[in-house]
Amino acid sequence: MSAAATVPATVRRLETMLLARAYEEALVELQHGGAPGTCTSVGQEACAVGVVGALEPRDRLLTNHRSAAHLIARGADPGRLMAEVLGRVDGYCGGRSGSLHISARELGVVLTSTIVGGELSMAPGVALAQKMGQGEAGGIVAVFFGDGAACEGIFHEALNLAVQWQLPLLFVCENNDWQAFVHRRETMPDNAIAAWAAGHGLAVRTVDGNDVEAVHAAASEAVAGIRADGRPRFLELVTYRLRGHFEPDDQAYVDPAELARWQARDPLQQQADRLLAQAALDSAGLARLHEAARARIAAAVAFAQASAWPDPRALTRHVYAEQGDRP
Amino acid sequence: MSRITTEQAIHQALAEEMQRDARVFLMGEGVATKRPDLLRDFGAARVRNTPLAEAIIAGTAVGAAASGLRPVIDLLFAPFLTYAMDALVNSAGKLRYLSGGQFEFPLVAMSMTGSGWCVGAQHNHNLEAMFVHAPGLKVVMPSTPADFKGLLKSAIRDADPVLFFTDLGLLHQEGEVPDDGDHCVPLGEAVVRRAGRDVTLVSYAKTVEVCLQAAMQLGAQGISAEVVDLRTLKPFDEATVLNSLRKTGRLVIVTEASGLCGMAAELAALAATRAFAALRAPVVRLTGPDAPAASSWVLEQAALPSADAVVQAVEGLLHQAVAEPAVLAAS
Ligand SMILES: Cc1ncc(C[n+]2csc(CCOP(=O)(O)OP(=O)(O)O)c2C)c(N)n1
Repeated sequence: MSAAATVPATVRRLETMLLARAYEEALVELQHGGAPGTCTSVGQEACAVGVVGALEPRDRLLTNHRSAAHLIARGADPGRLMAEVLGRVDGYCGGRSGSLHISARELGVVLTSTIVGGELSMAPGVALAQKMGQGEAGGIVAVFFGDGAACEGIFHEALNLAVQWQLPLLFVCENNDWQAFVHRRETMPDNAIAAWAAGHGLAVRTVDGNDVEAVHAAASEAVAGIRADGRPRFLELVTYRLRGHFEPDDQAYVDPAELARWQARDPLQQQADRLLAQAALDSAGLARLHEAARARIAAAVAFAQASAWPDPRALTRHVYAEQGDRP
Repeated sequence: MSRITTEQAIHQALAEEMQRDARVFLMGEGVATKRPDLLRDFGAARVRNTPLAEAIIAGTAVGAAASGLRPVIDLLFAPFLTYAMDALVNSAGKLRYLSGGQFEFPLVAMSMTGSGWCVGAQHNHNLEAMFVHAPGLKVVMPSTPADFKGLLKSAIRDADPVLFFTDLGLLHQEGEVPDDGDHCVPLGEAVVRRAGRDVTLVSYAKTVEVCLQAAMQLGAQGISAEVVDLRTLKPFDEATVLNSLRKTGRLVIVTEASGLCGMAAELAALAATRAFAALRAPVVRLTGPDAPAASSWVLEQAALPSADAVVQAVEGLLHQAVAEPAVLAAS
């Protein structure tokens, strides 16, 4: 009997969130030592784990610059992810994408865009291909984007097309209050995203993005709905960016009371508290989960740092198709 | 062979490639309305009218191409490409590379460009060089109906994103076009439209005909001009240009697009870096001005390189010795 089979899904979700957090904390450490800066998703792990956990291997996803938790929730190897961030050959993209545009075909993670809104522009096409028989039968597509992307015009173009063409597409807005260095309150009315989306005539739900169980339940329902009728759905996940826009960023511009309020709602702590209260986990078990996540990430860091730099002679490879390029 | 127009050649290429490959589909503002026989033959799933939203048309093509389809998008007039630029330049052109070759983007973006219809600068703009400058993209701009068909078929079969420009002034010209479903003109191959000894005229699209007219006039004076039609701007056929230049020693480049940082500049640089010893006179560029296209017929025509201007440039070159190259360089 495998141990994994006996672990409740609620505990596995905490485990995955811990892994994502440990991964990004390790990256922050490396960045103090001069590694390239990244956009972390600390504080938003419940969104990633809740939604990606509701997807199946036949589903595809698109994401943005804040993608680490999405990839880890999808089962990405943290060592290969880290190698990519550090620009090494063993990264998912051979070190060409860095942290901002990681894609992993083998995981169904297509087309990560750091052009804010770029992921929204491409997602209908991935969903159209699915609808026209190119993916696996019954697969759907999920696209993650931020509240900042919702201010781009392409947001509306994508929603409009997805609704008109009845594309099997789950829009997931991680509304984390920040758009780089601009607070959301400076750019839109409070309920704008859900209202804008609803205006396009599709099912819209707003969910507490720091409650992984609530996210998972809502995402599961949306995914089942899309699979059943092939029409798009929209989820707004209300969450918060606990760290800066990128590393390093001292967040001097952030209202400390606002930050403290959200720190008290840390999604990992909330899930741990819930599992302890349900006795699904005891404190020793929780400590073991923390320890296991840290150990995996330590191994990932070692793997990434041992990975070779790409051969500079390959600088212009993969600009155009070459013989034998295609998997 | 059949005698058909450019418009018909494009239509044939689309129909044949959709017939050949079920992954090929067409979308754009009104494509289903304007091509009812494609709609009838291939159905509404593969011939799609879109909302008036170029950014999402192009983005959707990128996503679809990465996921196994082979989209052809009709973006109508080239100036509208600026709305589609993010998807074409930042996604289609870059994501094969950034993904380390995991994804490919076999898509074709068609648009119409160039003078002749008096539609003004927001419908007429030779933007091809912008896309030549963007890595990961290919750029095609044919001049004859046979090439329109053969190059569009190759573009649709190509594994990379291709920008396919149709010079508006060529839409209704007629020419002999092979009926053969496998009539493909390879991307990246120029063609010598007329052989000559004294000067090389390099061009593409509508100005190829301008060069051919100039070559005829020059021929009447006993000057033998070779006319090279690039056909594909990226990747472009350096060998054919260099071979011709090494034979003639003189180069006149003729484009409707403005000269600044355009194909003409690139060809001049090619001559200087790769065939300097063969040059018997300075390279001459005849291009459109760095100005938006006016719609008045007279102003529109004034912006174009004329056959007379080509003739004059060549006459000037033939009187120019290599010893004094600085004189003409500014003209
Ligand atoms: C088109 C574009 N404009 C600006 C930027 C710079 N930029 C990178 S991330 C970001 C903020 C995005 O905010 P949001 O969409 O809410 O996502 P978040 O970073 O909060 O996850 C900005 C402005 C960009 N990458 N792309």
